[in-house]
Amino acid sequence: MSAAERLQPALATAEPLFSARDLTRLYGPEKGCQGVSFDLYPGEVLGIVGESGSGKSTLLSLLSGRCPPDRGAVSYRGRDGQWLDLYSASEAERRTLLRTEWGFVEQNPRDGLRMAVSAGANIGERLMAQGVRHYGELRAAGLDWLSQVEIDPARIDDLPRTFSGGMQQRLQIARNLVSAPRLVFMDEPTGGLDVSVQARLLDLLRGLVRELDLAVVIVTHDLAVARLLADRLMVMRRSKVVEAGLTDQILDDPQHPYSQLLVSSVLQP
Amino acid sequence: MNLSTASGAREASAYNFAYLDEQTKRMIRRGLLKAISIPGYQVPFGGREMPLPYGWGTGGMQLTAAILGADDVLKVIDQGADDTTNAVSIRRFFARTAGVATTERTVEASVIQTRHRIPETPLSAGQIMVYQVPIPEPLRFIEPSEQETRTMHALEDYGVMHVKLYEDIATFGHIATAYAYPVTVDERYVMDPSPIPKFDNPKLDMSPALMLFGAGREKRLYAVPPFTKVISLDFEDHPFAVQQWEECCAFCGSSESFLDELIVDDAGSKRYVCSDTDYCRQRTERLEENLQ
Amino acid sequence: MNNLIEVSGLSKTFTLHQQNGVVLQVLRDLNFSVRGGECLVLHGQSGAGKSTLLRTLYGNYLAAGGSIRIRHQGAPVELVGAEPRQVLDVRRQSLGYVSQFLRVIPRVSTLDVVMEPALSRGWARADAQVRAKELLARLNIPEALWQLAPGTFSGGEQQRVNIARGFMVEWPVMLLDEPTASLDDANRQVVLELINEAKAAGSVLIGIFHDRTAREAVADRYLDMSAEAAQPEYVYVV
Repeated sequence: MSAAERLQPALATAEPLFSARDLTRLYGPEKGCQGVSFDLYPGEVLGIVGESGSGKSTLLSLLSGRCPPDRGAVSYRGRDGQWLDLYSASEAERRTLLRTEWGFVEQNPRDGLRMAVSAGANIGERLMAQGVRHYGELRAAGLDWLSQVEIDPARIDDLPRTFSGGMQQRLQIARNLVSAPRLVFMDEPTGGLDVSVQARLLDLLRGLVRELDLAVVIVTHDLAVARLLADRLMVMRRSKVVEAGLTDQILDDPQHPYSQLLVSSVLQP
Repeated sequence: MNLSTASGAREASAYNFAYLDEQTKRMIRRGLLKAISIPGYQVPFGGREMPLPYGWGTGGMQLTAAILGADDVLKVIDQGADDTTNAVSIRRFFARTAGVATTERTVEASVIQTRHRIPETPLSAGQIMVYQVPIPEPLRFIEPSEQETRTMHALEDYGVMHVKLYEDIATFGHIATAYAYPVTVDERYVMDPSPIPKFDNPKLDMSPALMLFGAGREKRLYAVPPFTKVISLDFEDHPFAVQQWEECCAFCGSSESFLDELIVDDAGSKRYVCSDTDYCRQRTERLEENLQ
Repeated sequence: MNNLIEVSGLSKTFTLHQQNGVVLQVLRDLNFSVRGGECLVLHGQSGAGKSTLLRTLYGNYLAAGGSIRIRHQGAPVELVGAEPRQVLDVRRQSLGYVSQFLRVIPRVSTLDVVMEPALSRGWARADAQVRAKELLARLNIPEALWQLAPGTFSGGEQQRVNIARGFMVEWPVMLLDEPTASLDDANRQVVLELINEAKAAGSVLIGIFHDRTAREAVADRYLDMSAEAAQPEYVYVV
């Protein structure tokens, strides 16, 4: 129950930050995702769980503006309070959003980092894209964020390929968070990591999510990760959400036959 | 001997004016008009095979061929010099295929095809510079996908350009990019000014001459019309600056031109000379006149 | 309402889809309410559904029917069928839960574990630290352990860390699942003191205490959950 007891946004923020309605994209019968609707509030962490091929990643692509749905809508309430319909917005608006108020943490850090430039440049890129033209400021932001994600700031000029997998993943997180996003999508952020490294990353993520009051949509097949990070869960199976609710309730008292199977299949250490 | 010379002359006259056929030249001119209308924008064109390999100036030659008229005066430079193999060959190529007059003097030329330099002598209205470009895409170093770079241009998504400069400062303490230094044209498109030294970048800004850029392998052309704002990218705390030398040209004594370093003996002694041979010769001649 | 919690018609069933869809009815038409300053002790043999009731009240188990209304920021809030974020907000402000077992988060120090409920309510770190240290000291956790993650602690130490966490802030309604089990006398005494302090401060406590002395020390009323008692109102009052 620990994750659920974490800091929650005051209910005073009655308006959602992000909203999905009837999102559907099918590659074949029950392949892809269909009929997904939910609201996400500021500071809320939504976990999407389910086995491989259940449509988690498709859903994440639709939510994050990477792939237009066959049907349905995604909207986001920006810092200015205006709602933006993601797929009727222009490509320029979508891109701006993705590198300012949103973040995306890829499962494989190589997909989310520029491997050919230094750690500092990776962190500074979003700021440069936003028009920061002061090297000193970029440098300071790089050093600050490296220490926030527990990487030795002395390594600011090293290439990401000289970093371990866990460090690369933390660098990717820093690269995303430097622009102070309000909503971050994560695709199996601990997927490719050793268990020992996973714990450290999870703990870091947990702290950052709370500290920065981030709203997060995290796809994972690891229920322990879901329990630690997510406030609420959606369980997906064969392209549909079969159950949604409070994280600890879904994990401790699953209702749907598939959720029960999923939870009971996990080996308890 | 006589026979071969005669046959050479006959072959030359068998070519269409300036080697390319009229339809191709028309196509390129249309591309050029578009490029001039959208300063800094890369226009694709149907590049033709030229009788020399890619990397030897095929893009620049096609542009020159398309704009050349019978009364034009052509100058060709390579790294600033009129007398290198590449420059001599291209000059002779157009002398043979178009019969145009050629010159080594910047002020006399109406069309100047160049590899890697802009002449030191200020250009004037009515002159056209044609640049040979190896890689026209300034975003290519960081983004391999053509589709993505085009989208980035369309959306003015140029944050990554500064990533390169950031890396320079992080590695060398200053912006070490010395040639092909990216510029913003007319406050819109980011453009690779071809591998000219950044020393020449300020000459692009508000130049009275028309600048045309042709990439043969990549089949792209782009342009900077006369009197267009061309600004080199930089950081507030690391502003753009050109190379400077403590030495003067060993021949003409110029302290304002771009200097080449020459090793003159086995002991490794260095001399510095102007890279722009025409500029250097003009100065030397003037000095000698003054002496007499 | 004077009652900080009102439960009516509460039922809980488990459908075990993995076992041929067997349906277990654990709670049936449960009705009770508790006033501030009162301690309700759940009574009944093992398997009567005491822990299930606590977890259902906390929203950890999904109620099959009925109503759970808890006073939250001055107004009653219905928890059955509430949105997750509503439940989480009630849990942050108004509904505490102390189980026997600490869910350990890797790398988080004991002090931080204990301080968390206060920090999430927006306490200043320094204030939270004072309170947390005081509680850890009262519960006899050696100071040398405070900066360590409790993952490697003994069962009893972990349980006491969990209790400190539970009593870190005041809860209008507090659920206690055998907080004194397997504690030595001295520590049990401390926990009973904490419970009585919470009662004195006007909290509702609903708990399971297998240990008779503990039960008698804190109980104001009992809710009999044995099968024979057949869905009672609270049956008897001490």
